[in-house]
Formats: sequence, structure tokens, C-alpha cells
Amino acid sequence: MNIDIVIGILNIVLISTTPLVFAGIGELVTEKSGVLNLGLEGLMLVGAVTGFITLVLTGNYFYSLFFSIISGVILSGIFAFLVLNLMTNQIATGLALTIFGIGLSAMLGKKFSGTPIEGLNPYYFIVISFLLVFMVSYFLSKTKSGLIVRAVGEDHNSAYALGYNVIKTRYMTIIFGGVMSSLAGFYISICYAPMWQEGMTAGRGWIALALVVFATWKPWRLLVGAYIFGGVAIMQMNLQAIGVKLPGQFFNMMPYLATIIVLVFISSNKLRLKLSAPASLNMPFEKNQ
Amino acid sequence: MVYLINIKLREDYSNLIFYLSPLVAVFLTLFFGSFIFLILDLSPIESFKIFFISPISNSYGISELFVKATPLAIIALGLSYCFKNNIYNIGAEGQLTMGAIFGGGIGLLFNDSTSIFLLPLMILFGAIGGAFWATIPALLKTKFNTNEILTSLMLTYVALFILDYFVVGPWKDPAGYGLPKSMPFPDAGRLPVLFDGLRIHIGVYFAIMICLISYIVYNKTLFGFKLRVSGFSSKASQYAGFKYKNLIFYTFIISGACAGLAGLFEVSGPIGLLYRDISPNYGFTAIIVAFLGRLNPLGIILSSLLIALTYLGAEDAQLFLKIPSAVGFVFQGLVLFFLLGTDFLNKYKVSIS
Repeated sequence: MNIDIVIGILNIVLISTTPLVFAGIGELVTEKSGVLNLGLEGLMLVGAVTGFITLVLTGNYFYSLFFSIISGVILSGIFAFLVLNLMTNQIATGLALTIFGIGLSAMLGKKFSGTPIEGLNPYYFIVISFLLVFMVSYFLSKTKSGLIVRAVGEDHNSAYALGYNVIKTRYMTIIFGGVMSSLAGFYISICYAPMWQEGMTAGRGWIALALVVFATWKPWRLLVGAYIFGGVAIMQMNLQAIGVKLPGQFFNMMPYLATIIVLVFISSNKLRLKLSAPASLNMPFEKNQ
Repeated sequence: MVYLINIKLREDYSNLIFYLSPLVAVFLTLFFGSFIFLILDLSPIESFKIFFISPISNSYGISELFVKATPLAIIALGLSYCFKNNIYNIGAEGQLTMGAIFGGGIGLLFNDSTSIFLLPLMILFGAIGGAFWATIPALLKTKFNTNEILTSLMLTYVALFILDYFVVGPWKDPAGYGLPKSMPFPDAGRLPVLFDGLRIHIGVYFAIMICLISYIVYNKTLFGFKLRVSGFSSKASQYAGFKYKNLIFYTFIISGACAGLAGLFEVSGPIGLLYRDISPNYGFTAIIVAFLGRLNPLGIILSSLLIALTYLGAEDAQLFLKIPSAVGFVFQGLVLFFLLGTDFLNKYKVSIS
């Protein structure tokens, strides 16, 4: 095979996988603290559309990035208030966030659909995504704050009894996850596409969610998993192009099937499950018991 | 002066607040919705008229309301079994798709049939398809203790790709100009409509029947009692000797069969063939319907009508207000946010001192 083609494919894989890394690493931290946020898709879309609109209106990439991130802070802040202070069901609240985000982004972006913009160089963000994985890995395993996040996610009652502020910790991790998702959205609409179209994240939020489980909540595995998932998607197009007769849908469902298999593998053994999944994931924390 | 907000678990659990809070949530949604219309430079009153009143101001509109509410109600009624048992099947969209593939596949297999048994067979296979797809997370949950939320969600996407494979591959209509859709089902495989010229179909009867059966099951049978007990505490139900694993299986199969049924009704009713986008998120929206209806069969029927109205209103809004039909999702998301939020007042007493 020609070396140029290989480099070309690697290049595409790098560019197309980065949003998965952003959204995935954010959700990983959120889940490590024991909160399951199913709202990634909505957060990404709103992040994408706010970044895009700001860029069209101001022409300034910095403002665009800033407001995209602010959208993530606000929306994930609402999610955090509902699940942490009002102790709502995390699954239902996350779904509401996704549905709301799909609607809101389509509504806001209507006037801007098809407006041409000059895209931003994606390579900065690719480098940042690698750095982020490194930083999150270091934070979770080597720092005291990271240990608190993990403690809160493993057993919030014990963490609370030890004097750690469970609610505050989870606010931080949820908002970090929200910011990462909106960054992923910003990357898609400003660097990757670059344009705005209704529903343009095309299910990446759900793949990112699958990715966290696939990686058994470990940052470096998440990076590897993201490139496997991203690579499979690109490979499918190339195999199709050279005439391999395997239905493309088969490749498209691979990430989801792989995630189910990993889930079964880790949960079939109680010890393995304990070592992988945060024990308090999706459990409400009620202080006044 | 320092004010302290006290939050206490409610001891006097109030049924009134429990059933009133969905109304409060709807009211709050309308209130916030009017701000959204203001931001978009639209008059809120005019917009609400177009959104919530004009779509159902004629017989065609009312028929469409039922066309949309039928799948939502059927799926949500099925989901209520799972949710009552504190099992989170959020893959109804996939089970709906599988029902459409199984049932629709029968319709395509016997595409020259005129037999009156074709439709019942399709309905049966639709339910089987959905139940089959729901059995997978149930099996993984009971055998390997795998989280059903994640597996049922992942399987949704797998099902969508399977449907995609069939409609662009083996089931593609040879006379369809290469479009990704199957050939139409034979007339014997189409769901009868209730009135000529309107799309409202006999699925409505199924929805009402499932509602009545669910009401009886929940209130008059041991199975319904077991569900409620294990919903409050799975430990208590195990001490009582209920087979918790069986309950998981039954509730998954019931909700899967309902979703499959809804999928088959969609393709053999209003659509008439198989293609990619057979469902505008009905499987996910039905989760909102189930919560908004308080997992109560009658409540679910009412909330399915309300949520169906947001679909219709959104279509009209796109036509007359030039805003994307996705605005319906904004309302659906908001109503669920507010409903979950107001639930707090059910569980806790808030006082300021």
C-alpha cells in the first residue's frame, strides 16, 4: 500500500476521532464521581451551535470558543442542580437534556444553517485532546482531589462521613463533563465540518457514552478505544471504496456491540465490576437520611 | 438576619401533589416557552395558538393527534411495567425498530397475499420482534448482572443499523428508483383506518385495551403487587420470596412487545412500507410520556395526547412560523425538566426559617 494513502487515512482518523476523545474524557470524570449524564448529545449540539453563531456574529474565534464553553457550563449546571439538589432521576434528566439540546440547537441555528465560515486548524485541538487525557489520568490517579472524586464515586456516604463535600465535588465533575462536551461540539462545527447543520453531531454523544464503558473508566484506554471506534468508521468507508462486499452497517454497529461485550465481560465477575465501575454510579445522594 | 432553607423528608405523602405536579410542570413549560417565542421575535399568544390550538381545530387534526399519540401511549404503557419495577429499559426505540423489521418482514415475505390472516400474523411478529430485542438486556441483566440502561441503549443503535441494512440491501424496492425503502405492504397487511380519508387506525383500540389491562394488572393482580413491592425495594421483594429475576424478564418482555407492536403499527398503518426513519424518536419520547403520566395507565393516555400535540404543533410551527420542527423537542425536554424538578416537592417539605 502506498505510504501516502496510509498517512492520509491516519490523518482523517485523527481529525474525526478528536470529538469522541473530548466528550468521552469529560463523561469519564463525571461518571468517576458517580453521576451518569446521558445528555452528551444535547450538550454537544448546543456547544456546536453557540460556537458557530458567535463566530458568524463576531468573527472572533476566542469569543466563539468562550461562549461555546459557557453554554456547556449553563446546561450542565442545570443538569447538576436537578440531579444533585433536587435529587431527580439521572437517566430521565439526562434524556431530557439531550432532547432539549437537540431542539434548542435546531431552533437557534436555523438562521445560520449553511452560512460559510473559515474553519479553525484542527491540529491544535488534537494536541489538546491528548494533553487532556494525560492530565485527567494524572489528576484521577496522582492527586488528592482526584482521589476525592473517586471516593465520592465509589461510596458517597463514606466520603460524606469523612467530611468531603459530595455535592460540590459532583458539581465540579458534571460541569467539567459539560464543558468537554461543548468543546467537542465546538470542534465539530468550527474545525471539523466547518459549518452548522441540524443534528450534525450524528450520534457521537452516544458513542462517547459507550466509549467510557468500553474503556472501563480508564483515561488511557478511552483514548485507545476512541481511535479504535474512529478507525473502524473510517475503515468502513475505505473498504467500501476498494470494493469489499461487507455491509457498512455492520461496521457502524461495531462500537455498540463491542461496548455490550465489554460490559458483559466486566459485570459477569463481581470483583472485576468492583474494580472497574464506580460503585455509586447513578445512585442519588441524600444528605438528610 | 440569616434565612435557612430547611429540607425535610415528607411524612404526610400527598396524593394530590403527586397528580397535580404534572399540571404544574406543563404550566411552567408554557411559561418558559413564551419566553423562547419572545426571543425569536414571535408573539407568544399567536405562537401558542398555532402550536397548541390550530393543529386540533378540525377532524383531520384530531385524527393526526391520535395517530401520534397511539404509538407513544402503547410504548409508554409497556415501559411503565419496567419503570414501576425500577428497571430502566431505555431502548424502546430499538425494540420498536425490531418490531417493525419482524412484522414488516412478514408483510414483505407474503407480499402477494390477500389473506385476512396476514395482518394478525404481522402484528404477532411485531410484538415478538420487540420482545426478542428486549430479552437481550433482560438476559444480560439476570445472567451477568450487566447494567440494563447501557445495554438497552446500545442495542437501539444496533437495531437502527439492522433496519438500515435491510432497506438499502435485501429488502430494497427494485422499482423504487434506488431509494432506501422497501416495496409497499400488500393491502391485506395494512392496518384498517377508522374513518375514510383520515389516518387514525385501529391501533387506538389496542392502546385503550392495553391501558385497561394494565389498570387491572396494577390494581387487582398479584403480579402488579409484586411489581410495586420490588419497585420500592428489591430486597423486600426477595425476602418476600418473589423471584426478582423473573420479574425483570416479564417486565422487559412486556415493554419490548408493546414497543414492537407500536413499531409494527407505524409501518403497517400510516407509513405502509419500511424505510430508515420510521420513528421520530417515539421510543425516547415515550419515556417522557411514562413519567409525565406518573406510570399510571390513565395518566399515560392523557400525557401521550399532550406530547403528541407537541409533535403536531411543531409541524405547524415549521409551516407557519418558519421555525424548525425540532422546537417540539424543546417543549418535551422542558416539560420533563420541570416535572422531575417538581417531584422534589412531593418527596420533601421545604420551609424557610
